[in-house]
Amino acid sequence: MALLELIDVSVHYGSIRAVHGISITVEEAEIVTLIGANGAGKSTTMRAVSGIRPLSSGKILFDGQDITKLRADLRVVRGISQAPEGRGVFPGMTVMENLDMGAFTRKDKKGIAADRDRVFDLFPRLAERRTQVGGTMSGGEQQMLAIGRALMANPRVLLLDEPSMGLAPQFIQQIFKIITEINKQGTTVLLVEQNAQQALSRAHRAYVLETGTITREGTGKELLSDESVKAAYLGVT
Amino acid sequence: MTSDEIIDLVEMVVLVAVLVAVGKLFQRSKASGRLGEWWNSKSRVEQWAWLVPLIAVVVLIPVINPPFLTTEPGTNFPITMFNCALYALVALGLNVVVGQAGLLDLGYVGFFAVGAYVAALFTSPDSQLSKIPYLWTLPLAMVVTMFFGVVLGTPTLRLRGDYLAIVTLGFGEIVRLLATLMPPLKGNVGFQDVGHPPGTKADGGALFANTNGTPWYMLTIGIILIVLLLVGNLERSRVGRAWVAIREDEDAAEMMGVPVFKFKLWAFAIGAAIGGLSGSLFAGQVSFVNNQKFDVPTSVLFLAAVVLGGSGNKVGVLLGGFVIAYIPFRFTALASYKYLIFGVALVVLMIFRPQGLLGARQRLLARGRQAYQRLIGRPEQLSSDSSLVAEKAGDSA
Repeated sequence: MALLELIDVSVHYGSIRAVHGISITVEEAEIVTLIGANGAGKSTTMRAVSGIRPLSSGKILFDGQDITKLRADLRVVRGISQAPEGRGVFPGMTVMENLDMGAFTRKDKKGIAADRDRVFDLFPRLAERRTQVGGTMSGGEQQMLAIGRALMANPRVLLLDEPSMGLAPQFIQQIFKIITEINKQGTTVLLVEQNAQQALSRAHRAYVLETGTITREGTGKELLSDESVKAAYLGVT
Repeated sequence: MTSDEIIDLVEMVVLVAVLVAVGKLFQRSKASGRLGEWWNSKSRVEQWAWLVPLIAVVVLIPVINPPFLTTEPGTNFPITMFNCALYALVALGLNVVVGQAGLLDLGYVGFFAVGAYVAALFTSPDSQLSKIPYLWTLPLAMVVTMFFGVVLGTPTLRLRGDYLAIVTLGFGEIVRLLATLMPPLKGNVGFQDVGHPPGTKADGGALFANTNGTPWYMLTIGIILIVLLLVGNLERSRVGRAWVAIREDEDAAEMMGVPVFKFKLWAFAIGAAIGGLSGSLFAGQVSFVNNQKFDVPTSVLFLAAVVLGGSGNKVGVLLGGFVIAYIPFRFTALASYKYLIFGVALVVLMIFRPQGLLGARQRLLARGRQAYQRLIGRPEQLSSDSSLVAEKAGDSA
C-alpha cells in the first residue's frame, strides 16, 4: 500500500483551475519528485497535500486513510511535514526557536532532543548558529533551517517545495546530497523542483506537471533520458 | 497661535523627546541597548528589587502630583491618571490581538463598549435588570465580551490582513449602532449612577466617587499588574509561541502543525476580555454610560496607543496608552488639535522608530533570555565565513 496517494485531485483558486485531476503515488522510503515550469501547479499540489489549500475534487490518502478533509495541523501529527517554498523560516526567531516550532505538535522531550541532534548532524552549520535570528541568515542557511524544522516533526513523509530556489549551484549540490541522506535514514520524500537535472537524478520516481495536469511519469532515470523532458526541462536540444 | 498653545507645544516636544530617548536606551540592536542589556544581565530577583520601588512610585503618582507632569488646574490630576491607566489597560489587551498574534483589529472599542454596558445594565438604577454588586460586573464583563469575541472571531478569523481589519471596523460600528437603536440600551439618554466598589472615606463620602480619581487609579493599576502577569505567562507558554509563529508567517505556522484558527480565536477572546474589563472600569468611574464614547476615532486611538508604544512589547504599549490619554489632558491648549498631533507623531515615529517607543523584543519566546545571554557571550555573526561564501555571492547575483 502506498504511503501517500493523490487520486484525481483538482484545486481551484476561485474560478481559476490550478491543478486538474492529477494522481500521484508515493511509496514508503521513496524519493518522488514533481517537476515542471513556473505556474504548472507544483506548489499548489504541495499545499493541497499539507492541507493549506482545500481540494475542489479528488481524494488524498495517507497510510491508507482518507485525509482529504483533515485539518492541516492534524496532518502534521499524522506525519506529513513541509518545508515551504521560499524557505518560510520565522524571521524573528532564532535557529533553536525555529526548530522548536517544528516540534510544536510533539510532547516527547527525548524524541525531540534526539531529532534535534539528528538535524544538527545533517546540518552542522545550524548547530553553529543556533542562537542566530532566522531572518539574518543567508539564503542557503535559511533553506537548511526550513528543512531541519520540517524534520523536527519527525515526519513519515517530508514535503520539500523547491529547496534549490535562489541558491548557488555549489550549494544546490549540497542540499540535494542531504536530501538523499535524509531519505536513506528512512524518511519518504516528496520533492517539487524546477532544477530537473538534480531532482531526476536523485529521485526514484518522477512526475512531469504541465499547466495543472501530469503529462509524463516514470523512474528518475527514464525521464532523465526522455527526449521531450530533455528538451523542455534540461536545456538539452 | 496664542502663547498658551506655544508653551504647550514646546513642553510636549520636550516630553516626547524624553520618551523617544528612553526608548532608544532600551533598543536591542547590536551597538546600543545599554539599558536593555543592563536589564537583561540582572537576575529575576534583582529585576524585582528594581521593579518594586518603581511600581510604588507609579502607584503613588496621583498623590505625589509632580509639578511638570500635573494637569491641574485644567483637569484633576488623579482623574487624568485614571484615564491614562485605563488606556494602558486597553492597550495591553489590544496588544494581545495586534502585537502578539498579529491580527489587525480596528473595532476594539466594540468590546470596550460591551464591557461598559454590562456594568451599566447590572448596576444602574435606570436598567430593568436585577442588580449585582459592581465588582462582580468586572468578571461578568470579561465573560460576556469573551463570548462576543468568539462570536465575532469564528466567522471572521479565517480572513487575513486587510479583510479582518474591515470586518472588525464594522463590528465596532455595529455595537455603537445597536446601543443607539435598541430601546433597552437607552441610546443617548444612557444610564446614570453606574455602581462602584464599596468603601467610604473618613468624611463619610464614597471612596470610589467619580470625583475621586486616586482609588480608581490604584484599582486599575492593580488590575494592570495582574493582567501583565497573566499575559506575560501566556507569552512565554506554548500559546505565546504559537502566536509569534502566526504573526511571523501564518502559512509556515500552519505547516508546523499550529492549529492557526484556534490560536487566533484565543488571542481574540483574551483581547476581548481585557477590553471588556476596561470598559466596565470606565463605566464605573464615569458612573454614566451612553452611546457617545464608543466611536471609530476612539478605536483608532486605542490602536495608536499600541503602535506608538511598540506593538508586541507589553511595557511599551502600557507607555503608549499612558501617553495617548495623557497628552490631551496635559496640553489643554492643544487638545482640539489632538488628532492632528497624533497623526503627525505617528508619521514621524514610523519614519524614525517604526517599531514604536519600545520595540518588540527580537526574541520573544521561552528561552529568549538565555538565548540573549548566549548571544552576549558569542556575538551574532553574519555569513561571511568559510564554505558558503560562494553561495552568498550567488544569492546576491
